Amino acid sequence: MRQFMKYFSASFLFISMVITSSIAIAADYKVGFIYIGPPGDHGWNYQHDVGRKAVDEAFGDKVETVFQENVPESADAERVMTQMALSGADMIFATSFGYMEPVLNVAKKFPKVKFEHATGYMTADNVSTYSARFYEGRTVAGHIAGKMTKSNTIGYVASYPIPEVVRGINSAYLAAKKANPNVEFKVIWIFTWYDPAKEADAAKTLISQGADVILQHVDSSAIMTVAEEAGVYAFGQASDMSAFGPNAHLTAIINGWAPYYVKKVKQGMDGTWKGAEQTFDGIGAGMVIIGPLSDKIPDSVKKEAMEIRDGIASGTLHSFTGPINKQDGSPWLKAGETADMGTLLGMNFYVEGIEGDIPQ
Amino acid sequence: MDLSEINFAVLVASLIVASTPLVLAALGELIVEKSGVLNLGVEGMMIIGAVTGFIVGVETGSAYVGMMAAAMAGALLSLLFAFIILIMQANQVASGLALTIFGLGIAALMGHPYTGIKSPQISTISIPFISEIPVLGTMFFQHDLIVYLSLISVLVIWYFLNRMRAGLILRSVGEDHDVAHSLGYRVVTIRFLAITFGGAMAGVGGGYLSLVRVPQWTEGMTAGAGWIALALVVFSGWRPFRLLIGAYIFGGITILQLNLQAIGVNINIALLSMAPYLATILALVVISMSRFRGNRGAPGCLGRSFVKIT
Repeated sequence: MRQFMKYFSASFLFISMVITSSIAIAADYKVGFIYIGPPGDHGWNYQHDVGRKAVDEAFGDKVETVFQENVPESADAERVMTQMALSGADMIFATSFGYMEPVLNVAKKFPKVKFEHATGYMTADNVSTYSARFYEGRTVAGHIAGKMTKSNTIGYVASYPIPEVVRGINSAYLAAKKANPNVEFKVIWIFTWYDPAKEADAAKTLISQGADVILQHVDSSAIMTVAEEAGVYAFGQASDMSAFGPNAHLTAIINGWAPYYVKKVKQGMDGTWKGAEQTFDGIGAGMVIIGPLSDKIPDSVKKEAMEIRDGIASGTLHSFTGPINKQDGSPWLKAGETADMGTLLGMNFYVEGIEGDIPQ
Repeated sequence: MDLSEINFAVLVASLIVASTPLVLAALGELIVEKSGVLNLGVEGMMIIGAVTGFIVGVETGSAYVGMMAAAMAGALLSLLFAFIILIMQANQVASGLALTIFGLGIAALMGHPYTGIKSPQISTISIPFISEIPVLGTMFFQHDLIVYLSLISVLVIWYFLNRMRAGLILRSVGEDHDVAHSLGYRVVTIRFLAITFGGAMAGVGGGYLSLVRVPQWTEGMTAGAGWIALALVVFSGWRPFRLLIGAYIFGGITILQLNLQAIGVNINIALLSMAPYLATILALVVISMSRFRGNRGAPGCLGRSFVKIT
């Protein structure tokens, strides 16, 4: 028996050494991704996975990517990232706002691992953040929505009352109002990023109250399915969703993470990666992409939309250009003034003309 | 805020659709509990129904075939429960909870390749003439087949329990299984059948969720509907018609909440999602306080294992 144990432990040790060394030589650089939902959502997570695959493609055998889906924004995230770091990840992309605390905690434990956190605002020596100016895309979508609505009622399905979402509503409203002064917004908050049943119910409700164009800031494609059934228009969120509503789909605001991920992994490999950096890119840098425009949109509106897109990309146009008042009528931006970074990142108020309150 | 913006007829119509999974699953559980078995696995059976219905619906291209598969999947899973508690005499509460956890896990596994796919559609059937009545028509007579079926099953189950000999036997088994046994009724067989029926109904409820109401497959998409169905059975005092009304109230809260938001009313959402459970507790308190204590409807042997005395 003792003899057996000796051989057993010896061979066990040998095998585990072989395994670890084979992991070590499998790729020079290992990159981990954690997703809040399934990459099959055809929305937010799907695009992050597109970015991950772009990294795979750009570096071939030199980089190995791993991912974990459906990671809750809790202590579970910490466990998953710790596991990734322990199994040799050199860089970890945490792709949801709620991973902020877990990222900072794990980053403290693994100072050599580089962390990239999406949409957060806290950094450390080995933690950088990145986010996209989605609101720029919503300016384009808002303009199209304002031109396409016949009932002058636009529905908006929103997730959580955080600055990113409020910014999107304001940006879309300002553009829609400019395109069509009679336009009115109806906003429903559903307090989840991903719950197709709730999203569908919210969209049905908006349609029953007269909305004929639906904007969404939630992740699934359920709203597109509902819009197609009801014969109204909608916009794809994060990914092109035209497969779910060929007639309903006007265009999509697509998140383009691929160039950023490839750039950051490259920096990580050649040692130029820096922590405590905050990236906030928009249409200009290709982080926000306007998808193909539907044939349902008249040519004149298509042209205007493209002009807005190009104007924002080149910097001649800003989504928040004064004069703009806050909802209560108090002035926010003077004529010609554009919104500063700080106000945008912490935006917690509606602009003038939107009805209802932001839930607290 | 302008209440006139809410289309009342459409609101009622959509709350009926939102409540249909609840009605179906709760009716099934009602029969199970009337036979004296407490199956806490409703959520698990629903989600298995949802995923199987969706997969079969997509593969065959027919939502109705999917719906049948959903019923079978729910029944199959409930057979496992029936075997454990009736033959192996295991604890019903623990087995039911295990069934829920098991169902959620296996559904996630099965449904993995099917996220982000469109399902075949079930068309609505407008009943001739009466569907054209202005408000009532939109509310009640322009739905899909499953909604009508759920309403018919309320009637059938009421008739079965209160007017049929078989229903009386089922109730007697639930009321006192020892007496029923000594009278020569096959307690285990009857409970097996009741549990299977409950599983099939929960399965159809789940299938309705993934094939009609959303219609899409997502992990964990039942999102607590099974638990609300369980609460609903208690809330109704084990009566089919009260159960239907309860389901429409519970489902209606969600839809009303969304409608109020859209017209600009600020409401506390956490409080509203708590409402069904709160209502159930209140109903229990009221029922227990009432003078007709003997008539509160809970089967006497609910949750107790049946050991055959020879």
